[in-house]
Amino acid sequence: MTATIATTPSPAPESTLEGHGQPLIDKTFRWILFAATAVGIVFLAVLIVYVTLKGLPRLTPALWQNMPSIRNPDTAGAQSAITGTIWVMAFTALTALPVGILSAVYLEEFGNAKSRFQRVVDINIQNLAAVPSVVFGILGLAIIARAFQLGQTVITAGLTLGLLVLPVVIISTRESLRAVPQNIRHGSLALGATQWQTTWKQTMPAAIPGMATGTILALSRAIGEAAPLLLLGAVSFISFNPTGPFSAYTTMPIQIFNWTKDPREEFQILAAALIVLLLVLLLAMNAVAILIRNRTQRRW
Amino acid sequence: MSTLAQATPAAADDNPLRQVKARNGEKVIKALLATAAAVSVATTFGIVISLLVPSITFFSEISITEFLFTTTWTPLFANPQYGVLPLIAGTFVITIIAISVAIPLGLGSAVYLSEFASSKVRRTVKPVLEVLEGVPTVVYGFFALEFMTQLILRPIFPGIQVFNALSAGLVMGIMIIPTVASLAEDAMSAVPGGLRDGAYALGATKRQTALRVVIPAALSGIVAAFVLGISRAIGETMVVTVAAGLMPNLTLNPFEGMQTMTSYIAAAASGDVSTGSIEYQSIFAVGLLLFVITFAMNALSIRLVRKYRQTYQ
Repeated sequence: MTATIATTPSPAPESTLEGHGQPLIDKTFRWILFAATAVGIVFLAVLIVYVTLKGLPRLTPALWQNMPSIRNPDTAGAQSAITGTIWVMAFTALTALPVGILSAVYLEEFGNAKSRFQRVVDINIQNLAAVPSVVFGILGLAIIARAFQLGQTVITAGLTLGLLVLPVVIISTRESLRAVPQNIRHGSLALGATQWQTTWKQTMPAAIPGMATGTILALSRAIGEAAPLLLLGAVSFISFNPTGPFSAYTTMPIQIFNWTKDPREEFQILAAALIVLLLVLLLAMNAVAILIRNRTQRRW
Repeated sequence: MSTLAQATPAAADDNPLRQVKARNGEKVIKALLATAAAVSVATTFGIVISLLVPSITFFSEISITEFLFTTTWTPLFANPQYGVLPLIAGTFVITIIAISVAIPLGLGSAVYLSEFASSKVRRTVKPVLEVLEGVPTVVYGFFALEFMTQLILRPIFPGIQVFNALSAGLVMGIMIIPTVASLAEDAMSAVPGGLRDGAYALGATKRQTALRVVIPAALSGIVAAFVLGISRAIGETMVVTVAAGLMPNLTLNPFEGMQTMTSYIAAAASGDVSTGSIEYQSIFAVGLLLFVITFAMNALSIRLVRKYRQTYQ
């Protein structure tokens, strides 16, 4: 590959070289592609408008002030699900962040890319990222809840979701470490710093914005996850806030699921209202991630 | 691409500046980091063990041929039958519906974004697709049941059941568009611009270039995107649990409700099943089948991606 290709990898949409053979077919083709792209966008817009309109009557402070109730749909809220989500996310972060960041540092800074261990870990992470989330529920149920005897608690849910998003944290942290130029490492090593001092004092600080973005995206994946928690006790009716790591719990996606299952229309409206709250939370997290990325993007 | 690869050597190992002798603390730190890296491998082992052990017990009671080739799945009946075919049929029907939405629309989006869209359009559309991917799956389930079934499908097909495979499949298909589109677009963007310029120089239009040069050149990556999309459809749980019903149903009729492998696992494990019973172990046997199928597809997809990366980088 020559240098010219390497410097212009963009698919040349502005190229003036293309021919002008059959303008009608070409134009139609372009419109079909545009329409295909638009379907997803329109669908998302319809979804957001639909749940907002449907949930609007119940988007009141009662949604987060009141506890879920089976008998009184008119006053039911989702407080235990909201606090449950916060508790579970705290333990998810406590699991996924240290393990994920340390793995990435090992793979990117210390490991030997050609070693068998690293190749196994690499392939394993790629595979793990595509394992269906409900299978992680089975892992949580059989190993964490039963074999480790942690039961159907906040900590079991947090550990399970932590392992679920581990590949996301590892992959994004590796990318941000890789973006730190080699010169910085060389400079530090040339001044006599050890490899760990170089990593800890130079490479990792330079990669913090990228790590933060990846972390937020990982947590925003975990916060909407319901399937594994169905296996880990979250579906039982919980009308109290978690009191600690070994407390029973429910989460927002599970509460949405429970309300959706109930045929009464009031609960469908409540589900829509809680969906709006969850989507707002997710969009806010994504916005923060993008903000960090744009604010701190450093050109080396 | 080649400049990028030069600037980031894969490992610091061949670093000439590294100190000759590491301090002892460094070794401890390195061991700690390696342990962290091993956690993901341990997770995979944990998954395999947690699926295999109960499955072995299950298959000592129910033969594998009975499990795979009989047609009645009634674990909760007085006389339980464990023929997994109805669950496979449900998974199959819903996956087919989902990918017939996701593959054309995902590929269309990818070709548009990679070959036709201006960079401004690309900058707007890609984040929207990311949001589409980030919406929790239970939300899609709610939307499939409340909007797709009630407001769209029931007026068109009055005979359709409240819980049906069609709405779950359609909504899941749209949900998977970003997965297919982003992987396929990556593959097409990796095709060197020189190939396109060559086609243009021969008088080809953008459409001809896209269809006859770019897509064939990126084929392994595009197939990888399809395979990953199919694997996601097979493994998706919440949409089907909410919208497709929980009745095992050996049929290909998309207007009826059906149960998939994933929704059986979710429903059975969240119900009152006593630990150690055969029906409890059936959750793991179905889980093992699901894991084997998706694992094989993911491995294939990863290989295909590696293939096109090797070709163009």
